[in-house]
Amino acid sequence: MRGWRRKTIGYIGAAIAIIVLWQLGALAIDSRALPGPVPALTAFSTAFWSDLAPHLAASTWRVVAATALGTVLAVPLGLMLGRSPRADAVFAPLVFLIYPIPKVVFLPVLLVLLGLGDASKIVLITLIVFFQLLVTARDAARAIPAGSVLSVRSLGAGRLDVFRHVVIPAALPDIFTALRIGTGTAVAVLFLAESIGGTSGLGYYIVDAWGRLSYDAMFAGIIGMALLGVVIYELLELAEARLCRWTRVER
Amino acid sequence: MAGLVAQGVSLAYTGVGRDTVALEHFDLSVAEGEPVAIIGPSGCGKSTLLLLASGMLCPDAGRLLVGGKEVTGPRLATALILQDFGLLPWKTVFHNAALGLEVRRVTRAERRERAMSSLARVGLAEFVDAYPGELSGGMRQRLAVARALALDADLLLMDEPLSALDALTREDLQDLLLELWRQRRHTCVLVTHSIEEAVFLGRRVIVLSPRPGRVSAVVDNPRMGEPGYRNTSEFYERCVELRRLLAEEGAVGALVDRETGRVEVGEGA
Repeated sequence: MRGWRRKTIGYIGAAIAIIVLWQLGALAIDSRALPGPVPALTAFSTAFWSDLAPHLAASTWRVVAATALGTVLAVPLGLMLGRSPRADAVFAPLVFLIYPIPKVVFLPVLLVLLGLGDASKIVLITLIVFFQLLVTARDAARAIPAGSVLSVRSLGAGRLDVFRHVVIPAALPDIFTALRIGTGTAVAVLFLAESIGGTSGLGYYIVDAWGRLSYDAMFAGIIGMALLGVVIYELLELAEARLCRWTRVER
Repeated sequence: MAGLVAQGVSLAYTGVGRDTVALEHFDLSVAEGEPVAIIGPSGCGKSTLLLLASGMLCPDAGRLLVGGKEVTGPRLATALILQDFGLLPWKTVFHNAALGLEVRRVTRAERRERAMSSLARVGLAEFVDAYPGELSGGMRQRLAVARALALDADLLLMDEPLSALDALTREDLQDLLLELWRQRRHTCVLVTHSIEEAVFLGRRVIVLSPRPGRVSAVVDNPRMGEPGYRNTSEFYERCVELRRLLAEEGAVGALVDRETGRVEVGEGA
């Protein structure tokens, strides 16, 4: 509980600091393109339920669905590659050929093939999350000390037991780190995808407001983006605190 | 039931460029319920022997028998305790102790009962919900022992189990291991680098020669396990004898006065 209070106070303090800096910046630049925090927050609160909320929900759904899909596909495969030199020899070159390509370049292809709706965006973000997690899970599984595996095997554990009791828990902290980084990239790419194709999502909302020269509404969308980021980050924190309790014990 | 016999066992590790022979035509016989300590210079195949006996490795030649049956894989009632304790940091004390039972598909209720009683035996009953990271070195070692006890093992294989502990904790754990052996009378093979530990916990102490490992001497130690043995002159004499034998193997040398045979008995080899 103390953790929650500290966290809330931290967020409030950070919000105040940003608002102050924002106000100073708006005063110094004095341009219509950078409204101060007061008109932006007013636009956010008035537009939220009527206008903004459906877009926020659409973007949240896309990120969450794609992240879940990418995780479910990448983690088992990555852990398996990390533990099986033979499978790794076959698949690792394939992975490392595709990994460096920025997945966002496939956006035009996906828009043509899957249309302007949810599917193209979810597939694009899934690709990003998938490759980040695949590489992380593979490396984490490779780095597991032989002693941990040996001690469990000497107890009579088979391959599946070793995965369940050693490989998966050992790789989890790394997987959460990759998820935090991966979802950050995912939100950035989501903005681009939504601003190019479709009529829903925060990316669309922001670019649409820009087109109408409604800068207050544009900033309301940007605030929505920040909220989306916080929600995802905190959800991951919560999941990690539950699943990786052992990393938080004090010695 | 669970005596250990090695007959002409050979094993070589395939390395880069050349193979390393760890054991060659190795023979050993440990009677049921007998506590044996194995000591020798680094690289004499001590750890390899335990891995073979636990069924984690297969010999290139020869065979190992536990309880009269050839070892072909991990055996239900054999417990292996490794140097780094083999604990899993992501599992609580309770789940670490119960791990062997869990992978052997023992029912939940029985797992609970056996793990709790073995934790109580090593003095960790109050720490069931802690993680290994919260325990001291001695407590972690106790947990590793509790895991073996939960399996109700009749053959306990220990690979330098106490080498990471400070001297006081180490004597404490040696007392615990001795006490458990007195109560349970399991067959026990202890690999150690410490002369005193070998004399304290081995009714027979087997000295191995360097690579490839062979039995170079056997020291009988019939009074092992008697109360207060650690403080007797006989204990001291056994240590001296063992140190001389090890010096002949080139494992220790600096501390032996070759004229008088006087030896400084210290920690470790």
